[in-house]
Amino acid sequence: MRREVPIVICFLAGLSFILEYFIPHQSVRPFFENFRQWAIIVMTFAYVLGISNIVRVNYHVIHRKGRDWFYKIILIVGLFFMIIMGVFFGGIGEGTVFFWMYNNAYSPLQSTMFALLAFFIASAAFRAFRVRTFQASLLAITALIVMLGRVPVGENVWKSFPDLVEWIMNVPQLAGKRAIMIGAALGAISTALKVLVGLERTYLGGE
Amino acid sequence: MVDSGQWTVIMKKILEKLENMDRRIIFIFIALSIAIPLLFPVNLNFSVTQPVQSFYDAIENLPPGSKVLVSCDYDPSSMPELYPMNIAVFYQLFKRGDKIITMQLWATGTLLVERAMNEVLKEFPDKKYGVDYVNLGFKEGREVVMVSMGTSIPRTFPTDYRGNKVETLPIMQGVNTFDDLTLLMNISGGLPGTKEWVLQVQSRFHVKLGSGCTAVSAPEFYPYIQSGQLVGLLGGMKGAAEYEKLLKRPGSAARGMDAQSVSHIVVFLFIFIGNVAFFALKKSKKRLKV
Amino acid sequence: MQYAPTVIGDNLMWDLIGIWFAALLTLCVFSFLYKDNPFYKFAEHLFVGISAGYGVTLEYYNVFLPNLWRPLTQQGKLILVVPFIFGILLFSRFFKNYSWFSRWSMALIIGIYAGITIVGYGSGDLILQINANLLPLWTGKWLESLNNIILTIGVITGLIYFFFSKEHKGAFGAGAKIGTWFLMISFGASFGYTVMSRMSLLIGRIYFLMAGWLGILH
Repeated sequence: MRREVPIVICFLAGLSFILEYFIPHQSVRPFFENFRQWAIIVMTFAYVLGISNIVRVNYHVIHRKGRDWFYKIILIVGLFFMIIMGVFFGGIGEGTVFFWMYNNAYSPLQSTMFALLAFFIASAAFRAFRVRTFQASLLAITALIVMLGRVPVGENVWKSFPDLVEWIMNVPQLAGKRAIMIGAALGAISTALKVLVGLERTYLGGE
Repeated sequence: MVDSGQWTVIMKKILEKLENMDRRIIFIFIALSIAIPLLFPVNLNFSVTQPVQSFYDAIENLPPGSKVLVSCDYDPSSMPELYPMNIAVFYQLFKRGDKIITMQLWATGTLLVERAMNEVLKEFPDKKYGVDYVNLGFKEGREVVMVSMGTSIPRTFPTDYRGNKVETLPIMQGVNTFDDLTLLMNISGGLPGTKEWVLQVQSRFHVKLGSGCTAVSAPEFYPYIQSGQLVGLLGGMKGAAEYEKLLKRPGSAARGMDAQSVSHIVVFLFIFIGNVAFFALKKSKKRLKV
Repeated sequence: MQYAPTVIGDNLMWDLIGIWFAALLTLCVFSFLYKDNPFYKFAEHLFVGISAGYGVTLEYYNVFLPNLWRPLTQQGKLILVVPFIFGILLFSRFFKNYSWFSRWSMALIIGIYAGITIVGYGSGDLILQINANLLPLWTGKWLESLNNIILTIGVITGLIYFFFSKEHKGAFGAGAKIGTWFLMISFGASFGYTVMSRMSLLIGRIYFLMAGWLGILH
């Protein structure tokens, strides 16, 4: 029950998606369609499970007055505030508190978190981008051509700069990416097959 | 007077200082490289690249009144790159009189798409919800949702973002699967996004698919253009700016191009200085040893 | 109600408060550039909390109600009890003695993804990408032919590099080495584009601070 049932469920679930591709007949479609609807629902519960875990972990820290416990209160308050506002006070449409919080708190916070990366990529480029070998020079030269040729200043310095960049992107760059894609596809397919037939069982928690 | 030995020592000290420069100095330069061009724009001219032209043409060549699915799979983390694209796609479709069916696979992007739609609607006040456009909203399930739409869109999205029954909306009459849509445009911030649409929908249901994506993922999608799996590609803020230029409607992407140029030059200079300092220091250390 | 009611509406004062609130949160996050500090920690935790609450609310309105609850309770689609139970079983992880039940639900999700991966990568990436690379090496046009030759050599040598079952020596090793050149060009292009992407994100935020908040740009 603890090992065999999940392996069987996993196999059947995966098989149904593979079979559907090869048997796209109207008569079997509703069966597969039901299965997909189930998947959408279970994945929603998985999302809520993740959130429940956040609440649980942070509640324990607050309860024990662990490190940064005060900030954890802010986290929990923010979480429940959004749920309460969205579900009980006006919904999620424009003009609601929920929408306002999204526009003026969530959106700037997330945008700025990611904007920080601009500073760190510049700093990392200064410290770590060293042209020591032929391969590293290829990487650096391509990066610099793309960086300058993709922005208007490059084009204003040399008219054919964008054409050179397009050629790099469409020929040597594309060849490298395609090799990676084909290799990754083979890897992903073999791993998925191992999961389906029960050779890869790490999702069972080590048993 | 300083002799050559002393010069070497002085140079070494300067190079060491340069190499160990406080990263906050770099941060200041980066911030200024963006703020100054925004304050004093010179509006450098730029041309339109082929993938962007193809993206534009793919919409422009549609029969008038086509029903186009725009899946907006992004969130505020990539807003400066993708929000202008989102607005521009809505604008081009509305301007041509096409019908927009939009949806999201990222929960965190749903309200952003509502915002984009409201912004474009200011220019098209006569467009009616449920008739000319609909927001199907967010659906959990990533690739499962994509494949499921291939069998039944109304079953996958029983209600729209506003809670209306999808089957009752005029725009959704006759829309059951991808076969009933003329084109699929994806605004992609990562995963799930263009890659998944290509793998699960384009290759399986043979839908015409265009992509507007972040610059980070754009190189990954070039093979899909060459293989014909994508009809066009907008890569990052520059792609959005080129698209805005084609639409003759400059927006926030075009406005950011000067800052983009200057910040790239600054990063280029930092890489150059970093390498010069590194190799010169290596050389001077060797010389001092000798 | 999900959409209709308006609580704040088009209130200019709320708009103004919103801009100031957004600007202060932006500055709180940027303060991390100097060093880690309480303002950043506040913003970071607020972000995680709001993000989680937002996600749950969207899942409730967009999936739970239309795809499960309403069809189950209003349309009598009792078959949906099955995924409902699978969903509930996930929460058995919180109870030590029954946590193994959650593996059933996990197995369902993982199995579905494994199936999707095989079909998607097989048809979309593997077959179509190989097919797209079967190009004529002489087309009658010099530049086009040269590009096709470079593409073919690049993909084959790139794949040789990823073939680890044979030692990279001799002609095979030379092929692998040429493969790395193409991969390096590919990584270089990706780096260039990544810089572009990151700078765009910063442009967005600085523009907001200068135009939306301070009003010094038009």
